[in-house]
Amino acid sequence: MLTVMRIRTIGYFVREALKSLNRNSWMVLASVGTVAVSLIIVGVSLITVMNATYLATRLESNVEIIAYMKTEVNEEEALALKKEINKIPGIAKLQFINKDQALQEFRRELGDQKNMVDALGGQNPLPHLFKISAIAPEDVEKVAGALEKMKQMEKVDYGKNVVDKLFAITKWVRLVGIVVIVLLGLAAVFLIATTIRLTVFARRKEIQIMKILGATDWFIRWPFLMEGIVLGFTGAIIAVVIVDLSYVTATDYVRENLNLGLFGLQTDPHFLMALGAAMLGVGTFIGALGSSISIRRFLKV
Amino acid sequence: MSKNIITVYLRGVIFLMINMINVSKVYPNGSKALTDITLRIEKGEFVFLVGPSGAGKSTLTKLIFREEQPTRGQLLFHGKNIARYKPREIPFLRRAIGVIFQDFKLLPNKTVSENVAFALEVIEASGREIKKSVPEALELVGLSNKADAMPAQLSGGEQQRVAIARAIVNNPPLVIADEPTGNLDPDTSWEIVHLLQEINKCGTTVLMATHAKEIVDGMRKRVIALEKGRVARDEERGAYGYED
Repeated sequence: MLTVMRIRTIGYFVREALKSLNRNSWMVLASVGTVAVSLIIVGVSLITVMNATYLATRLESNVEIIAYMKTEVNEEEALALKKEINKIPGIAKLQFINKDQALQEFRRELGDQKNMVDALGGQNPLPHLFKISAIAPEDVEKVAGALEKMKQMEKVDYGKNVVDKLFAITKWVRLVGIVVIVLLGLAAVFLIATTIRLTVFARRKEIQIMKILGATDWFIRWPFLMEGIVLGFTGAIIAVVIVDLSYVTATDYVRENLNLGLFGLQTDPHFLMALGAAMLGVGTFIGALGSSISIRRFLKV
Repeated sequence: MSKNIITVYLRGVIFLMINMINVSKVYPNGSKALTDITLRIEKGEFVFLVGPSGAGKSTLTKLIFREEQPTRGQLLFHGKNIARYKPREIPFLRRAIGVIFQDFKLLPNKTVSENVAFALEVIEASGREIKKSVPEALELVGLSNKADAMPAQLSGGEQQRVAIARAIVNNPPLVIADEPTGNLDPDTSWEIVHLLQEINKCGTTVLMATHAKEIVDGMRKRVIALEKGRVARDEERGAYGYED
């Protein structure tokens, strides 16, 4: 179908597409806007999932385990347990932190808000705890499992636990994201199809003349297809600009104002570029799909 | 390649322009537009197609440029059965036929020369071809001085001449005119018919469906009369033959 196209023919298609976009400006705004919004959501959920995965890999390779004791366990009992724990294979470092130390540390971490601790009125709700480092990341789960079996332990925290929770959250982000994306994607396709249908109706006389003059079906279809593609692509460009700019702003803000250390956002230019390319591709596809629907249904050539 | 050229040439020499054999057309709603039409139109002829409204004149012209398909019978164009054209070949059939309508069918937002050039643009002619052929066609219909006017600024006769220029700009061997003078006064009608006669003299076959008695009687050309979808009369140097 797509034989070598003359340059002037391509020029003709582009001119015709732009002309009719100019004519239906409200529909153009609506369809470009919908494409943009749905792609922004695509971008944001992809960024979220990607960051969660990134965080998860960093957490998983973290060999530190924190074992919280039950509050009724006193310091002597805890210290006695220390020997017991040392027998577990795979432990590189074992540190006991009594609850007063833990409270000190907590107060330091709170910084400005340390009066929250004062509000406790001298009570210390924290348990004694052990900080344990495993020799290798793959030992972490074994060591943690052995600690959990000890009856004096209230809770054993380590990377894997957090990672599991994180994955539970990202699963939801992904699920909700997919549903919203599909719904908005359908809305975008529908709006583009409607825009193209308006163009087809506005130009039915011209289409009839073109047929009589011997235009091929594809010659008649191309400007409409082009119009849909321009709509989808424009929406995608808007979405890419918004998502990239706000993400760069967000990562800068996080780096400068929130000292999260390990938990910073990922800034990978390759990722942003790939994301942008994918969004442009999806936008173009949405546009082509929307116009194909109208061309099939309303352009009897 | 060379074989192909010879075939095309021989078709032109040997075959008739239009050869209809027992063609019938029944529309999906059951109305019988044409019944058992058999007629031959040779290359270079000028043919009037007359008959009362609803006799099937428009249907017959539509069959030739395959806007409609016959229900029965064969319609050969240059010896090739029109029913045999694949959908993607139909545009190329239509490029061999220039069509002129009663309502001109010009594009109101394009100038006169743009309207004529449009016929070449949609068949993807080169820019050089367009620059050369459009002024020639406008010259032939006598509208060189109105090239940049919009159709709305022209009289009915001038608009129809633009439509004729558009129909002939790519030199089709056949021109079909469906009531081309229906919206025009008698003097202008004569101008249009004389123009079609000029085009016919250059070798183009012309088939004109019409109600214009004076013109048909005055021209003394071949007349095919349709009545209730059948050929009632087919005379060389004929007359309109109806009182309406």
